[in-house]
Amino acid sequence: MSTPVLDVRGLAFAYPDGHQALFGVDLHVHQGERVALLGPNGAGKTTLVHHLNGILTGGAGSVAVSGLPVEKKNLKEIRRRVGVVFQDPDDQLFMPTVREDVAFGPRNLGLRRAELDGVVMAALDRVGMAAYVDRPPHHLSFGQRRRVAVATVLAMNPSILVLDEPSSNLDPASRRELAEILVSLDITLLMVTHDLPYALQLCERSIVLSDGVVAADGPTYDVLTDEALMRAHRLELPFGFDPAATR
Amino acid sequence: MGAGHGHALHVHGHSPVHRAPAHLKILGLLGFMLLVVATPGHWHSAFGLWLALLLTVVVVARVPFRWLLPRLVVEVPFVVFAVLMPFIAHGPRVDVLGVAVSESGLLAAWTLLAKGTLGVIAGLTLAATTSPPELVRGLERLRLPSALVQIAAFMIRYLEVVADDLRRQNIALASRGFVARDPRHWPVLAKSIGALFIRSYERGERVHLAMLARGYEAVGERPTPSRATPDGFVGKAERRRRAGGPSRHDNAADEPVWGRAAGERPVDHSPGRMPS
Repeated sequence: MSTPVLDVRGLAFAYPDGHQALFGVDLHVHQGERVALLGPNGAGKTTLVHHLNGILTGGAGSVAVSGLPVEKKNLKEIRRRVGVVFQDPDDQLFMPTVREDVAFGPRNLGLRRAELDGVVMAALDRVGMAAYVDRPPHHLSFGQRRRVAVATVLAMNPSILVLDEPSSNLDPASRRELAEILVSLDITLLMVTHDLPYALQLCERSIVLSDGVVAADGPTYDVLTDEALMRAHRLELPFGFDPAATR
Repeated sequence: MGAGHGHALHVHGHSPVHRAPAHLKILGLLGFMLLVVATPGHWHSAFGLWLALLLTVVVVARVPFRWLLPRLVVEVPFVVFAVLMPFIAHGPRVDVLGVAVSESGLLAAWTLLAKGTLGVIAGLTLAATTSPPELVRGLERLRLPSALVQIAAFMIRYLEVVADDLRRQNIALASRGFVARDPRHWPVLAKSIGALFIRSYERGERVHLAMLARGYEAVGERPTPSRATPDGFVGKAERRRRAGGPSRHDNAADEPVWGRAAGERPVDHSPGRMPS
């Protein structure tokens, strides 16, 4: 098989205060896959995400992105390849206008003027926010801010898009719009979520992280319909949702 | 940016100094500082006495000198100024190690250094033996205007929240390939600090609205009543009700308060704000 876009091997990590969050995580994500990372609160999902682009390092094991190991000397390229969209768009959007914010990443990569502008508009176009390019981000609705946050990362032309709780705090229409955008992107995607119907809608494959290890890895439909597995890892479908009804 | 922890200056302990009521300690610090400041610079033995007194308190409080000494660095700007004084002051000169320096400047430098050091040690000792919430309660008992007490309390409450915001923002910056290496990156840091300021300001407004929603009213606040209640922030209407007076909630005078509060939000002034 080809080199996986994301190759995590035996990743273990303990915080300086002694709390161990990861106990040997192995996972692979291949080109073009959309994968959901599921797990209860405190399972180590955020810790894992922070390892994917080298925010956290120093534990045991290894992470490689399209064959490039996550190491200090590669950090710049790694952060271009791994686009992380954080849960709170306000953490990500801090420039006075949407244009400057989306330009921030590619500018760090050395793009200037016409080329930079082209990248910015293309990225905003892909999330349907091109009309808002000169607005201040904090005047946008929450759903719009999340879409701009996705654009800020797309502008860096990443190999994989990592989304932390993409559907949280979105109203149903924004949630659906974001899903349509994500499907249209045609990009490798890892999505950390508690929103199991969203995982089923968007991701053919799911990985369950529980107590710092991978507890399950398989087709999303099979994971969500495995009652014993779901119960064992504090995963619950929302009231009235039946995966079988979506087939 | 590591100064995030709001209780970083407190040294846990059970000494008599730790257990003493906070308002007495605050008064003690104030009185001591007034004495130190009022002491003429040439009364050298008096400064020895003040230092001995202060060190006794430090020892009784079991505040380690290892903890105290590094924190004295906050005094450095004053030390720099004190060192310059003998050279820039006018008046008769005296020779010190072969260098002619101003006599009055020398005395002023010594005075600044002695008083400053005593003040910093005394302040650190209070901080080390009194937790921030205790300090706030002490100030309240000393009848500091409640608006000031509340500002101090909020600062303590939200310092860590804001520090956490800052940490997450820095992670988001780094994730988009940002590394602050040289002054060319300062504009980015300035903008991120600006964004943090706006977010904290807006959070302040949300907290204020949440307080209003629970009957808090700060307009024309009088400093007295909240001290009588165990929970700090009690609205005026509630206090009036407790005092047996008519409740403000009974009449329509409440309306302008809510209307104004909602109108205060700056985001509502923007014609360009888009609905979700």
